[in-house]
Amino acid sequence: MTLSIFELIGFGPHGWGLPLLTAASITLAAAVSGFALGSLLGVIGAALKLSRSRILRAAGTFYTTVFRGIPEILIVYLFYFGGSVAFTKVMNMSGFPGFFSLPAFAIGVLAVGIVSGAYQTEAYRAGFLRLDRGQIEAGLSCGMSDFLLLRRIIAPQALRFALPALGNVWQSVLKETALLSVIGLTELLRQSITAAGSTREPLLFYGVAAAMFFIIGRLTGSLLSRTEKRLARPWSR
Amino acid sequence: MMDWNFLTDVFQQLLTGLPLTLQLSAMALAVGFALSILVAAAAGSSFRLFRWIGNAHIELFRGTPLLVQIFLIYYGLGQIPGLRQSFLWPFLREPYWCAVLALALNTSAYTAEIIRGALQAVPLGEIEAGRSCGMSGLLLRRRVVWPIAVRQGLAVYGSEVILMLKATSLASIITLTEVTGIAYKLISSSYRVMEVFAVTGALYLTLTFLISLAFSVIESRLNKHLAYRRN
Repeated sequence: MTLSIFELIGFGPHGWGLPLLTAASITLAAAVSGFALGSLLGVIGAALKLSRSRILRAAGTFYTTVFRGIPEILIVYLFYFGGSVAFTKVMNMSGFPGFFSLPAFAIGVLAVGIVSGAYQTEAYRAGFLRLDRGQIEAGLSCGMSDFLLLRRIIAPQALRFALPALGNVWQSVLKETALLSVIGLTELLRQSITAAGSTREPLLFYGVAAAMFFIIGRLTGSLLSRTEKRLARPWSR
Repeated sequence: MMDWNFLTDVFQQLLTGLPLTLQLSAMALAVGFALSILVAAAAGSSFRLFRWIGNAHIELFRGTPLLVQIFLIYYGLGQIPGLRQSFLWPFLREPYWCAVLALALNTSAYTAEIIRGALQAVPLGEIEAGRSCGMSGLLLRRRVVWPIAVRQGLAVYGSEVILMLKATSLASIITLTEVTGIAYKLISSSYRVMEVFAVTGALYLTLTFLISLAFSVIESRLNKHLAYRRN
């Protein structure tokens, strides 16, 4: 029995529509969580790189050099195999024999987050460096504490300056989640591999995966650029 | 305790994959660069159809994951009926050529965007100055536009070269045993994850360092005439 394209990617009994949509939501969830983790690491990384202490600066540079210079797939393998080896050791020591592996989603988010954190570090750092130094001095001379200065002066402006670069990082995070198919996470690509294998229609299903990645990227991209324009309002006259 | 014997053994095994990694990067970059000139020319053309094709190429290859592109080419192309009978099939059947094709198409889109940005960054005043000296067409491009654009785009292209080197690691997923493919085999057979990762990471970091060093040397050579501005 041969099915038409619409039956194959539709929502009927032989259609892959629902599994693919579910997988797309997992892709989106992994990308959003990875990006959020990366933001946290990026802020810490930027603080390290801008610090007065030479050791902290070196630590920040080490982080960004290593995680931007090594292929992402290797880092995914590191966390996948390294994580399960460490977890198995812990479990064996606490009296549970056998082999244990960690959930692919958590591993994937960790790997994607750490890599994107290295790129976000540069975005936040550049955003901070574009700040008008005079404003920080003005804040200090008004008697603002460090935290108040950060909240009122630094964060709102540095974030707005960093936003275009962060948008680029988001796009690459979204595409990087495709690598998580190799550790068995049922995201878009993994689901398409399954579908392509069982229907023998690789062209169709990888095409659909590509299209869905493209659409998610486009939609989130336009959302980001709208936010960018709105946040830019105080600077445009 | 570090097991130096194991580390040197890993290093030696990884080195056997290095030629393939370098070859894939060089082939993809060479083919991709040639293609990117066409794409950039199409995207900047005054014919609407060419412009549309060029922009679609850039958007599609930049907007989808490289791994999906590799899968589409490696597993998908065989489904096209005419292709299996054509003279291209002996190439497209091989994972090596599929990887080169996917990487080249991918980098051509990014490079076309770099070329576009570099050309846009040429100051209008310089072009006007050239025109007022009576230069036009190819002469203007050869003497004014291209030399300035190359200097503008060089640093960004350097990071694209590094991205391509890293991207060749995805070829391991379609069975090519380049550096990452070997690292994967070593990890899954020995389960000494940290050690293998450290050696492989150091190898890639050395390569990326050498690439960025090469580009900064070229850049300072090209910008010799600006050297006095630094002091």
